[in-house]
Amino acid sequence: MKIVKKSIINDVGGVRITQLDIASRDIASKALPGQFVMLMASEKGERIPLTLVNADKAKGIVSLIFQEAGFTTKSLGRLEPGDSLYSLVGPLGHPTEIKKYGKVILVGGGVGIAEILPVARALKEAGNEITTILGSRNKDLLILEAELKGASDKIYIMTDDGSYGRKGFTTDMLKELLSKDKYDLIYSVGPIPMMKRVAAVSKEYNAKTLVSLNALMVDATGMCGCCRVSVSGEVKFSCVDGPDFDGHGVDWDELEKRNKVYSEQEKHICRLLGQ
Amino acid sequence: MKKEPVKVKEAPAEIRVGNFEEVVKGYSEEEALQEAARCLQCKNPVCISGCPVEIDIKQFIYHIRQKDYKSAYFKIREKSNFPSICGRVCPAEYQCRKACILTKKGLPFASEDAINIHFLERFVGDYGKNNKLDVKIEKDANLSKFKVAVVGSGPAGLCCAGELARKGIKVDIFESLHKTGGVLRYGIPPFRLPWDVLDFEIDYLKKLGVNFITNFLVGKAKSIKELFNEGYSSIFLGLGAGVPSFLGIKGENLCNIYSVNEFLTRVNLMSAYKFPEFHTPVNIGKNVLIVGGGNTAMDSARVALRLQKIKGLPLNTTVIYRRTEVEMPARRLEIEHAREEGIKFEFLVQPKEFIGDNQGFVKKLICLRSKLGEPDSSGRRRPVIIEGSEFELDCDLCVIAVGLKANQILINATPELKTDKYSDVIVDSETMESSIKEVFAGGDIVGGEGTVIEAMGMAKKAARAIIDKLSKKGE
Repeated sequence: MKIVKKSIINDVGGVRITQLDIASRDIASKALPGQFVMLMASEKGERIPLTLVNADKAKGIVSLIFQEAGFTTKSLGRLEPGDSLYSLVGPLGHPTEIKKYGKVILVGGGVGIAEILPVARALKEAGNEITTILGSRNKDLLILEAELKGASDKIYIMTDDGSYGRKGFTTDMLKELLSKDKYDLIYSVGPIPMMKRVAAVSKEYNAKTLVSLNALMVDATGMCGCCRVSVSGEVKFSCVDGPDFDGHGVDWDELEKRNKVYSEQEKHICRLLGQ
Repeated sequence: MKKEPVKVKEAPAEIRVGNFEEVVKGYSEEEALQEAARCLQCKNPVCISGCPVEIDIKQFIYHIRQKDYKSAYFKIREKSNFPSICGRVCPAEYQCRKACILTKKGLPFASEDAINIHFLERFVGDYGKNNKLDVKIEKDANLSKFKVAVVGSGPAGLCCAGELARKGIKVDIFESLHKTGGVLRYGIPPFRLPWDVLDFEIDYLKKLGVNFITNFLVGKAKSIKELFNEGYSSIFLGLGAGVPSFLGIKGENLCNIYSVNEFLTRVNLMSAYKFPEFHTPVNIGKNVLIVGGGNTAMDSARVALRLQKIKGLPLNTTVIYRRTEVEMPARRLEIEHAREEGIKFEFLVQPKEFIGDNQGFVKKLICLRSKLGEPDSSGRRRPVIIEGSEFELDCDLCVIAVGLKANQILINATPELKTDKYSDVIVDSETMESSIKEVFAGGDIVGGEGTVIEAMGMAKKAARAIIDKLSKKGE
């Protein structure tokens, strides 16, 4: 659980994205793309889930990338190499189903781009033709472009302000691609509004769509139900049934509301503890 | 003249709802002696048959009367590893006290007159703890070369580990959470079972040489097969019943509707009642409803009331249960404590649908009234809905406490482990060995939601079978 390396991936306009490389031989040896860990930054900390971005089996090191957005991720960003996490457990959740689908589009937005990376690499290795669409507010906020380029056959960058790549949403490009050609899988990770739009677009073209959900969790072993989501009319636990689900079945409005259930406390603790 | 039962001291209701300190203060020596003196020391002590692990109740009470608390302690320890815990959480009114000769025949639970065996057990357990009475370790050289993996650090796992370690077997306990104790830590609130009582038992196991490996989820980080490959001779599964049941009604995923496990885990394990000193949040409401009639329902109701008090809200927490008070599976003492603290009860009420606001937060619960019909398979009378009885309750926070099912991660990862229709692990009832050789199981993962003492009984059985097998191997 010791942090062996810390890299600031990006730090512009008040948005800081950090990578921590953490020693955990047990997790590294078992982790598969799409799985996540639960961690606590300190003894009094909250348990939060983070997707595993990389697992170096030989060195016994796992990598996590997160945006320092809330109280816990900011606390996590204050840790330095040599510090230890108070708690780290994993790998959790089902891995993403890696097989040869054929033509695959990956859609990543914000810090979700980091979570796309291990899936992109595995799908590429399984012989899929990978088209990646990355979305970012502007050029400076875009992360891991080179890494994803390496794992993709084609890559498209979309920025909200047009400062890099093309101006527009990831879904504009998705629509364009789907209108011209048939794809066998769409895989998307990012902010809920983005994944919701991705699912809406891909549904029009009847393209199989998997999304990796970021519901709130406590134990993440199926014991609390905090992360319950409605998928195709059934209640599922993101932690043990997911985190990947059929994007066309997810009740996005419900998920969006449930993820805001502690927004007042979040503001309170950030204010109180001077963050 | 008939001697009145000795009442146990408790924190006053109006004070205790403002904190998480232990409610029941336990007997003083004098009180324990008085209560022990009420025991009739029956020639044929029927109380013992009421105890799932058959503690020699008559004899330990006899030792108390002789002021020989040490002998009383060791008498209990012959059968029970955790008298301080069981003395606090055992549903004695359904077990030993119900069997006590002083309970009137035909009652659903113990009479008030029945000897307060649980309070005496707690007195003796705490005496042992305070005087550091250690049970003799009988290390067996033949066994010290073996190591056993225990999966889960709840009551079953702790008990099995203790039994094995006392024989000199090396034990590693794997726990997925960051703290040990399982349901004793995340489920039972500290006002019923203070952490120092639990920590004492865990520290004792550490002294015996038991090694605790937290943050480790067997089934994900390692499989059963991999554990055997690492040299464990046997594996004991004390996985517990932690999967919460929901009602399956409309609106149940609205914000502020919690499973009992989520609500209790946030508050107990994560200390959310001390937010923001502790960083895990929990919400509380002005109109809190708890659905269910078991111990977890009582625990969450009393937790909710404390959160209301701490937040400076008017105390307004109501338990709704579909049968009547008699059928409630909760310990009678918890129901009594809940009522004293100001919890309200609505009996014969069945939830139908939650109504929320635009932000997705729960606002109302639509319910139906019911009446009791014929007994069902549990022997309790079945609630029957009264047509046209629909009514609304204001509800801005709800806890669903309607039962818990077997934890599934390890079971799903181990297809050769045979389970029954409830997904509980199937075992040989004598040895507790599962369908996989050298893999044993006990506690709620075998019997479904049960008590600490039942889990302990199964764990001891499994430990005996493991010791027998290893002894044969070791010769």
